[in-house]
Formats: sequence, structure tokens, C-alpha cells
Amino acid sequence: MGDILVYIDPSINERLLAFARPLADAAGGKLVALVAGADATAAERVTAADVVLEVSHAALHPYVPEAHLAVIDAAIKERNPDLVVFENTTAGYDLAAAAAARSGRPFVGYCLGLTLDGSAAQAVSAVYGGQLEATIDVPLPAVVAVNSTALRDDPQAAPSVERAQLAPPTELGSLRTAFVEAVEPSDEGVDLTKADRIVCVGRGIGGTENIPVAEELAEALDAEIAASRPVVDSGWLPKVRQVGKSGAHVKPKLYLTLGVSGAPEHVEGMQGAELIIAVNKDPGAAIFNIAHYGAVADLFDVADELTSLLSE
Amino acid sequence: MNIVVPIRLMPNIGDELEVDDSGTDIDRDLVEMVANDFDDQALEQAVLVKEATGATVTAVGLSGEGIEQALKVAYARGADRIVLVDAGGIDPYDSRTAALAFAQAVRGLEPDVVLVGVQTPQDLFGQTAPLLAAELGWPQVSVVAGVSMSDGHARVNQEYAGGRMAVLDLTLPAVVGVQSASSPPRYVSMARLRQAMSEASLETVSVTVSAPAGAPTVARLERPAPQAGATMLEGDADELAAKILAVLRERGALSS
Repeated sequence: MGDILVYIDPSINERLLAFARPLADAAGGKLVALVAGADATAAERVTAADVVLEVSHAALHPYVPEAHLAVIDAAIKERNPDLVVFENTTAGYDLAAAAAARSGRPFVGYCLGLTLDGSAAQAVSAVYGGQLEATIDVPLPAVVAVNSTALRDDPQAAPSVERAQLAPPTELGSLRTAFVEAVEPSDEGVDLTKADRIVCVGRGIGGTENIPVAEELAEALDAEIAASRPVVDSGWLPKVRQVGKSGAHVKPKLYLTLGVSGAPEHVEGMQGAELIIAVNKDPGAAIFNIAHYGAVADLFDVADELTSLLSE
Repeated sequence: MNIVVPIRLMPNIGDELEVDDSGTDIDRDLVEMVANDFDDQALEQAVLVKEATGATVTAVGLSGEGIEQALKVAYARGADRIVLVDAGGIDPYDSRTAALAFAQAVRGLEPDVVLVGVQTPQDLFGQTAPLLAAELGWPQVSVVAGVSMSDGHARVNQEYAGGRMAVLDLTLPAVVGVQSASSPPRYVSMARLRQAMSEASLETVSVTVSAPAGAPTVARLERPAPQAGATMLEGDADELAAKILAVLRERGALSS
């Protein structure tokens, strides 16, 4: 007990180890990184944990959720950690709550911060699209998933790293999930990650018929047009224009949002922008928490006026 | 082929939400409840599979204010059956207990697949897809954009950061956490909605669940403190546009 077990995503999210290090210190336990892969290559790259628990099996790469869940289950049984920590990546969505259910432990998701005190943890989590934050008392042992936006620090190498192996669970031989093929992002001549200026529209744009308002502003600013997930899911702009967790991660000089609420999944893709200006009619919109400049206003009025000024 | 789609009502997060006097929940008297966005996507995906394969789509919802109406809307959108699950009162944050209630209902309906929205704005204690799959002992894939089905298998596109995707094959029965349907949810006319309201017949099942021991509890709910540096601009649209332009010039953000 006292250990903090960190699931290392196939994308090798070592910043999660930096996030979890103070928790291991508070618990007086070891920081254990669980790395599942086809071989030891990925595990060898992890240097910021006290223990790197490596599981190698052909079924573990490419990633399929069922295989990784079986490994996490085995690791929890083997180490009995106080806390199991995931990043809220796609794998985190697949695995974190499921690992909690399978091990009979409580689960808290969307964590922005976490402290440990004896037999309990206190989590601060984003809720209602980031509009509000909940402070949650969590009995230990528990499982948590941390939002990517909360992972800011790079990890430091541990003074010494113990490398341990975990036997692949037998479930890996009878999986009902198979990897078929990888699909690379479609190349439609748009690369938002290279844009200096981006005008991003959110749900507040209201419909595909209103997109030209934003396009005219983007043209006047010499900017690319981008969208948050609800806009793309509604078919108002193509997927290649999406910024956020499952879209592009961008760091432009200017990121101007029109009717974007600022859900954590969107913020993850754009918080590195040098200048963020947000226009939204809802004064409580979460986007105002991360924008450098904000305006509570009708986006159409402001966009039209700004386009006219830029065109003068 | 039978597909179950859980429908969950959520506060409309496009509105400004207020914390109630208890300090641990939103003021639910003031909020408009709407069907969870991702559940709309899951339902659309189910109807697309139905159109391709002749599957039967069953929408299920846990008892609560407004859910009967939401299930009838699901019927109008293409569900063949709508089932109200009477699970007693469940704390709105307690997605974990809700998943146990959905699991009991799903066992009775014996579907080949459950398509459920990947998340909700208040599922702090776990997303339904992984919790439901763990309870049922079925394989699960979340963050899925596009599902097709044939011969006891589901093919799903799972999305990762940066727009990367992989195609995974699931042997049914399985649970899929849907982020987006293969094509956007279709428009349903008012006439179709009115017709559905009168002809939809609601089935009811009862389940008994209790919250797992040692559950987390919300101690406080509050508006996050804005990060330093956020400056709110004031004025009417003309003034705001002029102020934004001034900021753009000052920060050298305009193209040269």
C-alpha cells in the first residue's frame, strides 16, 4: 500500500508522472509506472518513476482497450496501490472507470488537481463543460482520471528506477477486440497547426448558414477558420477544421473564438495560443477563464463590426 | 440485431448555471434539461445501422422529470422501442449507480450492442460506456466516430489526439462509447415529433440498485477562478470591435 500506480498511455504521457510525484511523496509510497507494449522499448524510455512495471505481449500493441484493461487489472491486484492515475486521453476514457469498476474502487474523472491526506484524497474536477469545479472527497484506495490541461510540468528523472516485469494476463489470449488498421488524419490542404491566426467557431454560431460570418472575419484577419467539436459533429464544418482533444492541437499567435463555450476538451487543443480573444454571449462561459481578452456579446454583431474595421 | 441506446437528460450547459444553497449542486429549478449531446449522436448512429442492416433500436432512459418526453423524441428520430427504467432516485452525479441500473435493464433486453454517448457534462464518477461494459463483462471501445455492423461484429473508428484514428473490430455483444455518428443527427420535423408524441408507446421496467459503498462525495461546487491576465472588454458591438482591433495591433497579431 501507499503506492501510486500511473498508467502510461500508448502515447507515453510522462507529464502524468510529474503530476503524480507529489502524491507518492504524500502517501510515503512509490511512484509506479505501468507500461504495456509489444516489447520493452516504451518502458525503457520511462525514467521518472520509482518503479517501472513493464508488461510485454504482442496483443498490447497496437492499442486495444480490452487488452490494456486486463493488464491494469492484473497490476492493481499485484501492487494494491492507494491510487491509480490515468490521463483523460482516449485510453483514459476506455480504461479508468472500467478499472475502478473491476477492482471495486471509487472513481473520479476530469481531475484538475489532487491532494492526498491519510486515507482520503481530495480531487478538484471540471464539471458542466468546465463552467464549474467540484471539490470531491474520495476514499482510498481509488482510481482517478486527470484532464490533460492539468498536466503542465515536465517530469524529473527518479534517483533510481527499479525495473519490474508483470506476467501478461491469460485474458490476452482470448480477446474479443481486434485492431484492424490505423487511419491517418485526412490531408485536405488544411494544417491548423501551422496557422498563425485562427478564428474558431463554437456551438453559438447556430448553424451552417452562419459560417460565412466567421469566414469573412477570418479572411479579413488572414486567418484559418476552425471549429469546436459540436460544430463538426453537427456537420457545419469538416473534421479537418476541428481543434481540441480529438482534433488539432494548435499554438497560433492569435486564437479568436466566436460562440465557443470552452469545454476542457476544447481547451486542451488551444491553450498554448499566444493571444486568446473570446466572444460569447454567456458571461459564465468557461472560455473566459482561459482567454486573455473576453467580450460578453452577440458574436454576429462583433464579428461583422470587426470585419468592417479590418476592411477599411 | 438489437441495439440499445441509453438516453440521459443533462442541464443545458449553454446556459449559465447557478450553484444552489447547499453549495454542492447546481440549482436544478433554474436549468433547462436537454438530451445529452453525445446520446443524440449514439442514437443517430444506431438508426444508421438500422437502415443498413434492419436492426431494432431500443432507447432506454432512467425515470426522472422530462425523460418520457426525451424517449418519445428518440422514437421520432427512429427508435423502434422506448423503455423507461424505474430505478428509484439516483444522485445526478452518480453515473456509477446509474450504470448499474442501465446494466440491469440491458440484461433484460439482451441486445447485441449498446451504443451510448461517450460522456455527459456531469459524469464525474465514471463514463457510462466503460462502467456498463465492466458490469456486463463485455468488451468496450470509447471515443468512437462511426460504427458499422455485420455477422456478430462491430467495426468502430476510435479517435485519438491530433485527429489520428484506428479501426477496431469488436465481437458482439459489446458496448461502444459514441463521440459522433457516421453522419450528423438528421433534422426531425415538428409534424413528425407531434405524430411520435401521440403514437409512441412507452414500456416500463423496474430495477433495484444501490450506490456502491465508499462512493466519492461532492464537498463543494463553485465557479473556477479566472486565470490571471483575463481582461474583459466592455461596450456595444462597435466599441468591442474597436477594442479588439486595438488589442490585435498592440500585440502584433495582425498579418503584416
